[in-house]
Amino acid sequence: MSPLKRIAYFVGLPILLIIVWWALSFGSTNFFVPKPIELAQTLWSTWIGDRFFDDVLPSLGRLAVGLFFAIALGIVLGLLIGSTRWLRNLLEPLLEFFRAIPPPVLVPLLMLLIGINDGMKVAVIISGAIWPVLLNTVEGVRAVDSVLNDSCRSYGIAGFARIRYFVLPAVTPQIMAGVRQSLSIGLILMVISEMFASSSGLGFTIVQFQRNFAIPEMWSGIVVLGLIGLGLALIFQFVERRVLHWYHGLKEITHDS
Amino acid sequence: MTVSETTMNQPVQPVQPIQAVPMLSVRGLQKIYKVPGGDVEAVRDLTFDLAEGELVCLVGPSGSGKTTLLKCISGLMEQTSGTVELNGSKVTGPPKSMAVVFQEYGRSLFPWMTVRANVELPLKNQKVPKAERAALVDAALKSVGLDHVPKSYPWQLSGGMQQRVAIARAVAYRPQVLLMDEPFAAVDAQTRADLEDLIRTIWKQLGVTILFVTHDIDESVYLGERVIVLSSSPTVVQEDLKIDLPAERDQLNTRALPRFMELRSHVYAEIQRAKLGPVTEQITAQRRASLR
Ligand SMILES: Nc1ncnc2c1ncn2[C@@H]1O[C@H](COP(=O)(O)OP(=O)(O)OP(=O)(O)O)[C@@H](O)[C@H]1O
Ligand SMILES: [Mg+2]
Repeated sequence: MSPLKRIAYFVGLPILLIIVWWALSFGSTNFFVPKPIELAQTLWSTWIGDRFFDDVLPSLGRLAVGLFFAIALGIVLGLLIGSTRWLRNLLEPLLEFFRAIPPPVLVPLLMLLIGINDGMKVAVIISGAIWPVLLNTVEGVRAVDSVLNDSCRSYGIAGFARIRYFVLPAVTPQIMAGVRQSLSIGLILMVISEMFASSSGLGFTIVQFQRNFAIPEMWSGIVVLGLIGLGLALIFQFVERRVLHWYHGLKEITHDS
Repeated sequence: MTVSETTMNQPVQPVQPIQAVPMLSVRGLQKIYKVPGGDVEAVRDLTFDLAEGELVCLVGPSGSGKTTLLKCISGLMEQTSGTVELNGSKVTGPPKSMAVVFQEYGRSLFPWMTVRANVELPLKNQKVPKAERAALVDAALKSVGLDHVPKSYPWQLSGGMQQRVAIARAVAYRPQVLLMDEPFAAVDAQTRADLEDLIRTIWKQLGVTILFVTHDIDESVYLGERVIVLSSSPTVVQEDLKIDLPAERDQLNTRALPRFMELRSHVYAEIQRAKLGPVTEQITAQRRASLR
C-alpha cells in the first residue's frame, strides 16, 4: 500500500464518524450530548496548559514506569519459570489464582501497604499488566521447538547464550501478544489507581469533572484517554514490526505454499 | 533365492574389525522408551565402530530406530544400556567435537537470524575470534555454494538451500564426527543428487568422520564407503557391508556400474529380510557363508 493510501485508511473512518456525529448532534439541546466543535474547543482549553503538566504528564509517567516493570518482570520471571520444570509445576496454580484477582480490589490494600503515592499507583499497574506477559512467556518457553532445542544442545549452546540467541527470540511472538494486552490493562489501571484517594492525574480529573457536572470537560478527558490508547497502539505496532519482521515473513511464506 | 544372490559374482565382504582406537564406537546399545502404554524397545543391541575419516551409511526400514540411535550417539538422549565412545572417551552429553544435521531442516535453523548468523552462531558460542570466525563462515558457505545469500533469512530459501545452510553450519564448526539423520529425505530428486555429491566432496576435503543415516538404499550405496543395515525394531545390526566402488563417484557412471547394481540389490534383499524382524548372528553367518 502506498503511504498516501495508508493515511487515507487510517483517518477515513474517524472523519466519517465525526461528520455523522456532527450531523446528528446539530440541533440537539441535550446537555449530556457533546458536539464536535465544542468538544474540540474544550479539549484544547482544558488539557493544553497547566493541566497537561500537572495531570497528564504524571499519569503518563506512572503508566510508562508501570508498563516497563510489568513487561520486564513478566519476561524475566516467565523465562525463569518456563525453563525450570519444578518451578513451573509449583507455581502454575498459584499464578492462575493471582491472575484471577481483579487488580482494582488490590488498590485499598496497596494503599495501606505502600501509602498513597506514586509507588502505589505504579504497583497497581504492574499487578494487573504483568500477567499476560508472564503467562504468555511461560507458555512460549514450554513450547519451543524440539529440533531447534536439539540443535542448540548439540552445538553446546547453553546457559545465557541459549536464552539470548534461542529462547528469547523464539518466545518473542508470544511476548508481543502478551504486551498488546498489557498495554490496555495498564491504561485502565492507570485511571482506576487515580480514582481512589488521589488529588491529581487524568483519572482523578475526569472523576472530578463528572462529580461537578462539567460534562464537556469530562468528554474531553475521555478523548484524551482514547488518544493515549491510540498512541500506545502506534508505538506497539512500530516496535512489533521491527522485532518480529522475521516472524511475519515466515508466516507469509508458510501460508503461501 | 533372491535376485541379489543369483547376480552376485563377487562375494560381499564383511567388514574386518578395526584394530586401532576407533573414532566412534557403539557397544551393545539399547534404548527402551518408557511410555504410558508400556515399554517400547526401539533399539535392542547395536555394536559397530567407525574409524577416523570413514564415511558410513546406516540404512534401515522406517521406524527401525535410526533417529533413536543417532540421538544416543550424539548425547542428546540417554541410552538404556550399552556405551558410546568418541575417541576413546564415553559420551554422556553432546560432545564438543560432534555436529548433527537433522532431517527437519525447516526446524533446525533459527528463523530470526540470517543465513550467515546461523552458520556463525556455534563459533561465536565457542568464542572463536572474529576474524577467524568470518573466514570459517565464508569458506563453509562457499563450499556449499551459498556464498551469494548470506543476508537472506532461512525461510526465504528453498528446502535444499536450507539444508545446505545446516550443512555449512556443521562444516564451519569443524567437527571430528558429523552425524546426519536422513538429511535429504524431504528434497527433490535433482537437489538430492547434488547434495549427495556435496557430502562426498566435503568429506574428502575435511577428512571428517561421517555417519549418514538414510532409508534410501541407492543413496547409501552411492555415498558410503561402508553400509550398515539395521533390522526393523527392536533393532540389531543386520549386516555391515564394505562398498568397494571407486573413490571418485559420479551420479551417472557410478550408478551404472554393475558392481553398484549388485551392491544395491544385496542391500535391498537385506532390507526386505530386515522387515521380517531381527536376525540372530548365526543366521547372518550362515547367509554370508552361502554367498561365498
Ligand atoms: N519419544 C518416543 N517415545 C516413545 N517411542 C518412541 C519415541 N521416539 C521413537 N519411538 C519409537 O521408537 C521406534 C524407532 O523410532 P525412530 O524414530 O528412532 O525410527 P527411525 O528409524 O528414525 O524412523 P524413520 O525412518 O521413520 O525416521 C519407533 O517404533 C517409534 O515409535
Ligand atoms: Mg528418523
